Amino acid sequence: MAGGIWVVGEVDATGSLTKLSTEAATAGRALGEAAGREVTGIVVAAEPDRAAATMATFLPAVLAVRAPEGADRPAAAVVAARVAALASAAKEPPAYLVLGATPDGRDVAGMLSVLLEIGVLVNATELAWGEATESVPAGPRVEMQPFGGRVKTSSGFTGERGIILLRPNMVAADPLAAPGSVEERPPGNVVELPLVQVVERVATEASGASIEEARVIVAGGRGVGGPDGFTGLRELAGLLGGAVGATRAAVDAGWIPYASQIGQTGKTVKPAVYLAFGVSGAIQHKVGMHAAETIIAVNRDPDAPIAEFSDLFVVADLAAVVPALAAALRARIG
Amino acid sequence: MRIVVLVKPVPDPGEERLGDDGRVDRSVAAVINGNDEYVLEAALKLVEAGGGEVTLLSMAPAGITDPIRKALAMGATRAVLVSDPALAGSCSWSTTQVLAAALRTLEFDLVLAGADTSDSGGGVVAAGVATLLGLPYLSSARRIEPRDGGVRVERLSAGGYDVLDATLPAVVVGTQLLGEPRYPSLRGIMGARSKEIAIRSLADLGLGERPVGGAHATTALLAARPPAARGSGRVVRDLDPAAAAAAIIDFLVERRAL
Repeated sequence: MAGGIWVVGEVDATGSLTKLSTEAATAGRALGEAAGREVTGIVVAAEPDRAAATMATFLPAVLAVRAPEGADRPAAAVVAARVAALASAAKEPPAYLVLGATPDGRDVAGMLSVLLEIGVLVNATELAWGEATESVPAGPRVEMQPFGGRVKTSSGFTGERGIILLRPNMVAADPLAAPGSVEERPPGNVVELPLVQVVERVATEASGASIEEARVIVAGGRGVGGPDGFTGLRELAGLLGGAVGATRAAVDAGWIPYASQIGQTGKTVKPAVYLAFGVSGAIQHKVGMHAAETIIAVNRDPDAPIAEFSDLFVVADLAAVVPALAAALRARIG
Repeated sequence: MRIVVLVKPVPDPGEERLGDDGRVDRSVAAVINGNDEYVLEAALKLVEAGGGEVTLLSMAPAGITDPIRKALAMGATRAVLVSDPALAGSCSWSTTQVLAAALRTLEFDLVLAGADTSDSGGGVVAAGVATLLGLPYLSSARRIEPRDGGVRVERLSAGGYDVLDATLPAVVVGTQLLGEPRYPSLRGIMGARSKEIAIRSLADLGLGERPVGGAHATTALLAARPPAARGSGRVVRDLDPAAAAAAIIDFLVERRAL
């Protein structure tokens, strides 16, 4: 028997499928084609229709699970309980599950790991099907870059089942020529996880461009000097069609919200261009951004660690360079 | 409130390496996982405000006690260290089983854990522990407070935060927004020397039928290699601001990014 591959989608606050879920669907589909296994999308939400329809543009078959009773609960527990129920009701339980490596994705994976008794490989940067070796059977080969990217690893599952969490921006979402089908599926015998009640949902940040999805990121560190310094970076980001990011030092100083933090305790990004101003390049920051295609750093300190992994390192005072760069970009745009 | 804080000793960030066996080399200097310090700080503040005590729970080789002592010096009451040679190379599934089994031997109202770890970066264990123990699970906390005999958590969301309520006992995963961890005081450091670190082996825990540990890991490392070199970067200096700006734009054009 060869179990199928399930891609578990994540639905945002507006009811849309997240971009990362479309990337996970694309990766899952490629895995299924290589392995000759069925790939099924799973969308669980109070109103799953729209997200499921989006998922079906990437996968031949999508199951939509309606869970209005979960509207006032954190999504992960609602999703995990229903995926577990679908798995136990299925004629053939899924062999592999693919999810996005987001806070919710990690929560769902941790819950499903014990509910389904299977292992998890996190933070995949690449996903491929591999033949059996001495230590593992044929199955997904999961590339990861632990320790701030100082090593690249390839891992597999020792059994024939597992959960994979895919990092954002590692796979280009690739729709099918013709959309697949969506079937609404009652999840069966759901065993709810212990109750956590959402009392209130508070919006605090204008939803600007998400740094995880931005092609260009203009990031600031301690060297930016204060909240006013980020005004210039925001202008640059606007001119470049990008988003503003920050180091932990800048966030801890209260210059910019936590949502912009890149690094070990913040977000992991992989933009085409990473423009760093006053960022020293400490390992804790590097782990979140070293996968950027092009890194340009402006720093007054010629010995800043970021010099070692920048493609272009400009030794200069950012307070002068930021307005000059903004002026030059405005002139180019005309 | 009786709080158990899950702490993981990790290799000092920047010094991590893989051993010849493909496992994380635990012989380099260890520190407490950065994210765990935030929740330890939150735990200490909770018991300072409302009474109670903080127990540290860790799974690590028996020799790695320096980070645990530091956490005790910050103000935790005692530590339980699950340590067994068979646990070397454990996968996250095994770690989850072991920590849940250890928690079953402790009395607590709240379990706190940090977001992901700086070595393996999983961030999936706490959700599994809560699920195994049948406890409410609240993650991405930026604020934790007791409320009406339960716990209220502000959980980071994409555009703000959600306010969550649950009954106790519960498992809460916190973020750095809980606040800067304190430095141990001299008195704390002295006091920590006499605090108890109880070592438990696998045999001391009541585990399920399925075996745990490195020999039974659900995942396996197959290959490791250094990343492709970035190539030596270009460095420019001593330019006036307009020339520096022009150098950046030229580079963006060269990389077809503009």
